Amino acid sequence: MGEFKVHRVRFFDYMPSAIRAMAFNSRTERLALSRADGALEVFNFADSYFQEKVIPGQDGRAVEALCWVRGRLFSAGLNGEITEYDLENLRPKYTMEAYGGPVWTICSNSQGTHLAIGCEDGTVKIFEVLEETIRFQRNLDRQKGRIISLSWHPSGALIAAGMMDMIKVFNAESGHATHRLLVERGVGASKSREVVVWSVAFLSDHTIISGDSAGKVQVWDGVTGTLVRTHLVTKWDVLALSDESSLLAGTSEGTVVQFQFISSTVDQHDKEWVRTRTFKNHTHDVRALAHTDTAVVSGGMDTQLVVRPLLEKVEKNTQESALRKIAFPHRSLVSCGKKAGMLLFQFHGHLELWRLGESDGHGKPGDSLPVKRKPEKLIQLKRKGDDHICCSALSPCGGWLAYSTISSVRLYRLQYNGSNISITKVAKLPKVLRSAHQLCFSSDSSKLFASTTHSSVIIIALSQSECKYLHTLRPKSGTRQPVHLMSASEDGKWLATANSDCEIHVYSLHKLKLHCTVPVYSSCPTAMAIHPTTSNLVMVHADQQIFEYSLVQKEYTEWSRKLQKQGLHHLWLARDTPITHLTFNPRNPAHIIMHDTYMFCIIDQNLICKTFQVRSLFGVKLQTMAYHMEHLLCVSLLEDHSLVVVERPLLDIASQLPAPVRQKKFAT
Amino acid sequence: MAALYEGYTLCGLVQAQNQSDSGIQGIESERDSDHVVVTDSTRSVTLYKVSDQKPLGSWTVKQGQTLTCSAVYNSHTKEYVAVSDNKVIRVWKEEDIILDKAFKATVSSDVWRVHSVPGGEPVVLFQRGAVRLLDSLLSAPQQPVEEVLAQEEAIRWSTTVIAEAAQFVIFQTEQKGDHFLYLQRPNLNAVQRYRLEREEPGLSPLSFSASYRDKHINLLYLYPNGHVYQSVVSVRGPGMEEEAQALPLPRNLLFALPVGEGLLGAASALALDEAHVAVVGVPHPSAGAGKDFLCIWNTNFQTLQAGKEMSGKIYGQLWSYSSKLFIPHGKSLSVIPYECPKSSLASALGKLRQARTEESKAPASVPSWNTILHGEKVQPSRTVETRKTRTTRKTQSAPSLTVDQVLELIKTAPVEEVQREVEGLLSRSDIQELQPSVGQLASSLVSRSVADPAFYTPGTLAQLVHTQCLCHSVCPDLLLLALERKDYFLCQLCLQLFPDVPEAVTCACLKTFISVPDADADSMSLEPDSVAFMESVITGGRGQGGLQNGFSPAPFEEDGTDPLSGGGAQTKTTAEDKEKTVTEPGQTCPVGLHKAVLLNEVLQTAYSDTFLLPHLKDLSSQQVILFLQYLQFLYLRYSQDTFTQTHGLRSPTLTQIMDWVCLLLDAHFTVLVMTPEAKGLLLNLHRFVKSQVRLFSELGKIEGSLEELQKIKVKKEVGQYSIEVIELF
Repeated sequence: MGEFKVHRVRFFDYMPSAIRAMAFNSRTERLALSRADGALEVFNFADSYFQEKVIPGQDGRAVEALCWVRGRLFSAGLNGEITEYDLENLRPKYTMEAYGGPVWTICSNSQGTHLAIGCEDGTVKIFEVLEETIRFQRNLDRQKGRIISLSWHPSGALIAAGMMDMIKVFNAESGHATHRLLVERGVGASKSREVVVWSVAFLSDHTIISGDSAGKVQVWDGVTGTLVRTHLVTKWDVLALSDESSLLAGTSEGTVVQFQFISSTVDQHDKEWVRTRTFKNHTHDVRALAHTDTAVVSGGMDTQLVVRPLLEKVEKNTQESALRKIAFPHRSLVSCGKKAGMLLFQFHGHLELWRLGESDGHGKPGDSLPVKRKPEKLIQLKRKGDDHICCSALSPCGGWLAYSTISSVRLYRLQYNGSNISITKVAKLPKVLRSAHQLCFSSDSSKLFASTTHSSVIIIALSQSECKYLHTLRPKSGTRQPVHLMSASEDGKWLATANSDCEIHVYSLHKLKLHCTVPVYSSCPTAMAIHPTTSNLVMVHADQQIFEYSLVQKEYTEWSRKLQKQGLHHLWLARDTPITHLTFNPRNPAHIIMHDTYMFCIIDQNLICKTFQVRSLFGVKLQTMAYHMEHLLCVSLLEDHSLVVVERPLLDIASQLPAPVRQKKFAT
Repeated sequence: MAALYEGYTLCGLVQAQNQSDSGIQGIESERDSDHVVVTDSTRSVTLYKVSDQKPLGSWTVKQGQTLTCSAVYNSHTKEYVAVSDNKVIRVWKEEDIILDKAFKATVSSDVWRVHSVPGGEPVVLFQRGAVRLLDSLLSAPQQPVEEVLAQEEAIRWSTTVIAEAAQFVIFQTEQKGDHFLYLQRPNLNAVQRYRLEREEPGLSPLSFSASYRDKHINLLYLYPNGHVYQSVVSVRGPGMEEEAQALPLPRNLLFALPVGEGLLGAASALALDEAHVAVVGVPHPSAGAGKDFLCIWNTNFQTLQAGKEMSGKIYGQLWSYSSKLFIPHGKSLSVIPYECPKSSLASALGKLRQARTEESKAPASVPSWNTILHGEKVQPSRTVETRKTRTTRKTQSAPSLTVDQVLELIKTAPVEEVQREVEGLLSRSDIQELQPSVGQLASSLVSRSVADPAFYTPGTLAQLVHTQCLCHSVCPDLLLLALERKDYFLCQLCLQLFPDVPEAVTCACLKTFISVPDADADSMSLEPDSVAFMESVITGGRGQGGLQNGFSPAPFEEDGTDPLSGGGAQTKTTAEDKEKTVTEPGQTCPVGLHKAVLLNEVLQTAYSDTFLLPHLKDLSSQQVILFLQYLQFLYLRYSQDTFTQTHGLRSPTLTQIMDWVCLLLDAHFTVLVMTPEAKGLLLNLHRFVKSQVRLFSELGKIEGSLEELQKIKVKKEVGQYSIEVIELF
């Protein structure tokens, strides 16, 4: 393969925001996750924990709680609104003012007919879930003090509400409080401070379990309203709680404590809640927890989603049993102007356009070349409006820049003459282009592709004078899912799109119609690209499988079949981050460059599969280690055959996090 | 190390009228390790619990009767057996309170002793040598008893030993100054009779002790002159014909205890295990002539392992049961626990880790002295004739002599005979067995040689040195003698093999070696390896231009130092005058080959410079200059490539050479400065130093820059942006 000049870029200050709330839908195996910036993410736990959908946030929207009602996702936030999301168009469907001040919590009954929200003004409001919307039904008895947490009894007749210093149990029918459980304050100096019941769980045997700011997890008898047991878990707050036959409590110290309802001694029948395990996978507060059938899912201030399988539920020493930390989005936030040597970084609030540095030196492998010209930030472009950026693209020539929010698409014309840069907004965009899930320029920068609702793609022709709507490409499958991957071929003939239904459509750009649909594979594609010379489409899926589909013959290629027959190396399959980008080496058409968060590798299609496995895994992985590359956000090949590697070390992210709760360490 | 622990008193002694008698007739073990039966010399038998120091029961015969043999305990029937008035056998149980009411039987002949050991039946030994099992005797008490012993033969000591599931009664008799040993198996009625070798006339053994191990019965006996002998008797000895002549009992002297003045009176030696002997009534070697000591000796190393002074009179009686010694002394019977851990070379040298409790599982890598000595070949005695001894006896026409005899011989015999005998001795026996005597042999040879100028046995001495059992401190005169007799080969051997040559002697050797005329030196024969090495040093490396260790003689000429004639500073080592280099003082060996070999030996001896320095000052300035020249020569040779490293031979190292140069200069610097001949030499040496200093400063610089490199590598940190070149396949 030979030598490469590598631009190692570490100036992309990507900063994920803290995880605020989580809800797991065990029926669809989707985890919904909200972040501090209001963004929502949906992970498909059935498909290698792939980050299927991202709904960008909005200024002023802080999601405090999430709730699935069957397949529908609701959120409530401190802005006092309840929001239902449109998961097909990746935007809020509607928001509804609750008129109770900030909403702290939202919770549905197990039947999925009603939603309860807890408000700052001390009311618990019940909403009826209708076909298309929700409707306010009534208030439960208004209490003094805010409602922090809520939990329905599985029967739907009772609701437990966590408040300041107490827990109230309401009759959902009458709306009257039936019990008042006083929660003890912390000892010592915190005695004077109110204790916040951050979370409650109401179990079917009328046991109520609470977690509070004094660091206690308490087990109450909901029938008699008496305290059964107190577990002092931490000196700090117990922030999150999730229930099952086992129960989880997350703490400010970053630990997750598991409780299980078991008999404390063998062959004894009276079970009780026993503290069984402690996980420490976080450095900061655990703000959100979810309990799947097999794993503990936790997230918090340190922005990472951690999936910790419970070893008694999964087979040991398999891929299932490995701890997963999801720290980076499963899609690219970097677009690369290959011809211009420019990089576009997407933040939720702005875009940064950088020009790479230059060096005229030559060196031996391993050398660091003298940088003749330093990289330069050309533009920092602030978005307009409240909505966060959901996608962006830079044309290969570096002359066009486009980004989209849920409400609008903006296109800019860039002119750069080596020292001065001018940016002009393209004023009149076609009306049809209102928002896009994905944006992509053709390789000759003459067309902009924007995917919109129902996986359709709008083609805009770009020219100096005007930009003109050309066509809308629609798949025949009638899918409603959004497109999350789009790739145009180098020769301008093809455009491939992939959506969350795992469908991959290939359109002929000459004929402006659907060329073919790749047979649907069960796992979602995470990266794809069309080979510049052979016009084969190479796809990598969330389960790490690699396919190659010939667009000419409309069938899987020989190589792909052979690869499937032979099976991939188990070490390749054992990687836990998806391939997020792939590109081809123009110097050797048989080479495919792929990368995930931890490595990039080169696959040589000429080699028989066995060798490919060994080389890609041991050869290349070793190489990334040898060059100390970590946490790759983008690996791309410029036109001058030099590689661009955008790194974002986790350590840099961690250093920007707020300080964790102070803990006394030995000898400090 | 064996150890004696703090003892305690079991009981007081009833002093008999006779002061020399302890009043205790015997102590026998009872049911377990904590019970003993003590029979006093008159009438009573007492059962003690030892750890409680408390009598559990006591039985007395009527007034007028006396117990004539110590009571024994029959572990099968749980009965006690004793004999009163020589003929009445009494058997009783612990419950019986009054002895007279217990069973008694009168036998037809006088009984000497009743013996009983755990696992064996009680056996009755009659005074005339007949042996009966107690059971069979009691079934017919009046049965006739035959006389085994001759008229004037009397039993002096007896015991019983269980060996290979058979019980042996062993007794020793005396007949007109001759001593015999009988081994009798009561079941078979087979008797083995041995005659003990005579010690000095009039001496009869003071004490016996018998034990069974390795299929042989080991007898240990002590003579009043302090000699402790060991005899080994095979239990499968030849069945003896009735009237056959008693076989001589082979013995070997385990060790000679220090006796002090006079002979031992009341003393006793008791074998504790294969390597340890407890001795009582023998003076402590380091505590004057008093004989009131209880000592444990190691027979392998002949070392005193533990000693204890016993207050009061010692009666020469000693018993041992289950790691406790029972010793009557003064007016009490004391019990002294002891411990004899398996002795090993490591423990003897103090290398064994101090883990008493884990003694049993001592590391397997520690070679056990006992297995070395006693493992395969149990004893070199003549009872079991090994093939080796047989063959040596065949080839040896003359009777082989013991070490003692050889030692005697050395004092008087002519050179040839001494040589022959010593060599014979060395070839006959295993070196390891001889280890203690090698020193004796050497020192007696040396003292004879010193006393008698005509007497000198270089070959024998060399052979002795070659055994590597010698060191300088064992016979300090050996090396000096060799020097005096100009036996340089022996000197070389001694310097090579002795680890502890004192600096004074080293210096004396050096002085002698330097002043040996080369002609003399060349005629002598030296160790071929070292000669070969020196030859290669002198001949090899000539004209080889390679330099080592940074010293190059050539550049220094350009430094401006004058080429000096006397000391030989002409160091033009260019290609043209290669012939000339041979003649240059730095390049030719200033001493002869053999002399150089000897000097090399001196260089390689261990020394401490504080002790060596004063002796070095004795050298004359000429000697110093010559030696320095030689050292310089060696240094130059070593500085050339292809040397030293390639040689596996014993040779002085560069460091040793440099150290000696420094020492010599320290000792004689002022003298050398004043000596005109030394000037060139000193200048040359100065150059050595300079070159060395320069080398080290260069090395220091390199080290510094290398360290800096390392720092640079550590500091390497990727910034925000870099352009690098990587290679992918």
